[in-house]
Amino acid sequence: MIVSLTVNGQARTGSVAGPESLLVFLRDELGLPGSKNACEQGECGSCAVILDGELVCSCLVMAADAEGSEITTVEGLGGEDGLHPVQRALLEAGAVQCGFCTPGFVVAAAHLLEQHPHPSIDQIREELSGNLCRCTGYGAIQRALVALAGEDDS
Amino acid sequence: MTGPAIAPARVRTGIGESVLRPDGIPKVTGNFAYTSDLRADGMLWAATLRSPHAHARIEHLDTAPALAMAGVRAVLTQADVPGRPVFGLEHPDQPVLAHGVARFWGEPVALVAADDARTARRGVEAIEVRFVELEPLTDPEEADRLDQVFRRLRIRRGDPAARGEVVVEGFYEVGSQDQAPLGTESGLAIPDGEGGVDLYASSQWVHVDHEQIVASLGLQPDQVRCHPAGVGGAFGAREDVSLHIHLCLLALRTGRPVKMVYDRAESFSGHVHRHPARMWYRHEADRDGQLIRVEARILLDGGAYASTTAAVLANACYFAVGPYRCRTVEVDGVGARTNNPPCGAMRGFGAVQACFGYESQMDRLATALAMDPIELRRLNALASGDRLPTTGQVIEDPLPTRRVLDLVESLPLPDPDAGDDPLHLPGGTGLTTPRTAVRRGVGYALGIKNLGFSEGFDDYADARVVLTPAGAEVHTAAVEVGQGLTMVLQQIARTALGMETVAVVPTDTSRIGSAGSTSASRQTQMTGGAVLAASERLREKVLQEWTGDGLDDRGVWRDGQLIASLADVCADGPIAEQVVFRHPPTEPPDVHGGGTIHAGFAVAAHRAVVEVDPELGLIRVVRVDTAQDVGRALNPESVRGQIEGGILQGVGLAVMEELVVEQGRIRNASFTDYLLPTFLDAPAVQAMLVEEPSSWGPFGAKGVGEPPTISSTAAVVAAVRAACGRELTRVPIRPQDIVGV
Repeated sequence: MIVSLTVNGQARTGSVAGPESLLVFLRDELGLPGSKNACEQGECGSCAVILDGELVCSCLVMAADAEGSEITTVEGLGGEDGLHPVQRALLEAGAVQCGFCTPGFVVAAAHLLEQHPHPSIDQIREELSGNLCRCTGYGAIQRALVALAGEDDS
Repeated sequence: MTGPAIAPARVRTGIGESVLRPDGIPKVTGNFAYTSDLRADGMLWAATLRSPHAHARIEHLDTAPALAMAGVRAVLTQADVPGRPVFGLEHPDQPVLAHGVARFWGEPVALVAADDARTARRGVEAIEVRFVELEPLTDPEEADRLDQVFRRLRIRRGDPAARGEVVVEGFYEVGSQDQAPLGTESGLAIPDGEGGVDLYASSQWVHVDHEQIVASLGLQPDQVRCHPAGVGGAFGAREDVSLHIHLCLLALRTGRPVKMVYDRAESFSGHVHRHPARMWYRHEADRDGQLIRVEARILLDGGAYASTTAAVLANACYFAVGPYRCRTVEVDGVGARTNNPPCGAMRGFGAVQACFGYESQMDRLATALAMDPIELRRLNALASGDRLPTTGQVIEDPLPTRRVLDLVESLPLPDPDAGDDPLHLPGGTGLTTPRTAVRRGVGYALGIKNLGFSEGFDDYADARVVLTPAGAEVHTAAVEVGQGLTMVLQQIARTALGMETVAVVPTDTSRIGSAGSTSASRQTQMTGGAVLAASERLREKVLQEWTGDGLDDRGVWRDGQLIASLADVCADGPIAEQVVFRHPPTEPPDVHGGGTIHAGFAVAAHRAVVEVDPELGLIRVVRVDTAQDVGRALNPESVRGQIEGGILQGVGLAVMEELVVEQGRIRNASFTDYLLPTFLDAPAVQAMLVEEPSSWGPFGAKGVGEPPTISSTAAVVAAVRAACGRELTRVPIRPQDIVGV
């Protein structure tokens, strides 16, 4: 079947043969490999995208169910200088190692800051606890987001 | 030509600074190409048929039904392997595809390449295969009795008659841990149209992949090129060949590019794991706490194939006593061969398991002596000039064991009254237990690990530094797995050359020699050492040729004048210097397990603070502080990243991570069932870097990747023991081990 939706502000159309996930559709059909496939069970958040304002694991959404929706992926988050503030903050804090989880963290953190512009440390930790990182131990990710938007700086 | 009278500037973004990593922007924007993101025109997708049994005879295997399917382009079995039918990192004993017998659950049996991923998976299902189950050997003790072993190592040192007055014995177990890199095994093989192939696959050491691929393909070395490619984490899981030979076979058979990406469940059986260990220990000390004698028996379950079991066992045995002085030591190590999933490299490489044993013993000994456990460690701490208690090797470089312990002890402890916020209680928002019922404990541990390869292995790294009109390039086959190697090589070259414009160019196996593995905490010292030497030679050569006294991004300087631009310097073409760097030589063990077996050592101390919910058996690791012997921190932020990430893997092994294997089958091969620490599980970490320079690392650097993972586990367990008073002889600690205290 044909699926039409808006991705990063652009109308996009592609075909799905069956029960493919939105993640597979984005990566293989629409050529947007920024969202990563790491667990396929909604446990790791590497495939996080914003779907009609909600943070979702795109591996748990059927592509066919995303018909007509508005999607933001990591590729759609850049600002005027090419980087979203969250992207710049993670980069500058040394919060990127292998980086496979990074797109998911970027999307989830950007979504968090939209909901809570100045989150507490506990809010950051809890809201991002659906994103697994195997490299950093999360310390640099926390420092990046606290420096960018933490309540202490508000 | 002449230039402005401004002396060359001191180079910025060199060593000692925390700089932006060159792969950082592509990684935060989603544009970095991991091996699972690669595509090529006309590309096929591959899938693997795996054994559903831990031990089985393959009675019948018919690929015809799969081959008959529309869209299936090739189906391969062991009969299609033209060269050496087996592979292996140290000892080639694993069939490229199972032949006649499958020896572990998930062992590859056949391969399918098809027009798309779904057709490839359906092709796998269409293969007709009949297994006859055989009794699996799953008990490593039984394997030991049957002499089914990869290696035995016997270490005897000192006076067999030496006895201590105070004796403690213990039996300890370590469960199997998975590296669980977020990127699964993946890669793309592209045939070159002339019988050769280019491979872009996740790896830690492309040259050793290359050797194994060439052997099994029966090709000449120059017909196969392995390219360093985007790796989504490693931690040891990518040292062994997984899909590398398979992809090349399929690409050559079909004449088309072939891609394969393991799913998560497949990944759990697609790479080796941390060895589960059973360890028996006996420590004897005098009344003052001086270690007199240590005996250990260490049994590692290597699983079905050799991988690196022999070397992991060696590490567990050589570091069986830890960073302590002791004149009399007896260690017997066994690496068993079973039908369990194969085990091999994981961060810490044998030193992790031993550390849990010896640090548990040191705490037991302290109790028996009625002595402060920190004082006992301080009293016995190994130092430069001492002999490693197992091998007898004199430690020549600095070894600040006592200093890391003193430092970590000096750090402030957290406020014992952390309030009632459920997020800060062991049960979290599950609201399980009130603060008043929670018990806090503090525990310490020390760990030691070798740096680089040991036992006489010819450990080297090749690197080339090239000057061009646009700046300098570093050519290396060393694999960046996320740790920041590319960045640190850049920094080393910048400082040594005096130039800021340095690009690190990942270089395939046909264009440069081996950099060795990205493992054993070795690349900063090894490839870093090669880059430093090549950069220094290059700078010297250019300055001599132009009789200059300075070099920077603008060119060569003399007496404060720019006398030649980089374009002038490179008028006849780029100028290159290539260096093969070797660390001080090591030797295999003598008959007593002794000798100069290691090239260098690093130590670390960890202090864990935990809170235990004794009603439900839950643990919250509040903080883990550390002091680590780093030689010299070439990039302090990057070192901190290694420390924090390594500690969390150690915490995972202590309290939640375990591959559950029953009758050879992994029962929790998913991220739903194999628990990885989340943001909420991560302790606060304060890290102190101790900088006492190594004699052979660039600028005095020591490898930093593994020590954080070695003693953090033992420190967490010591803290839980302190909180609940139980002996806790097994990791990971399970709720039933602590509930109801």
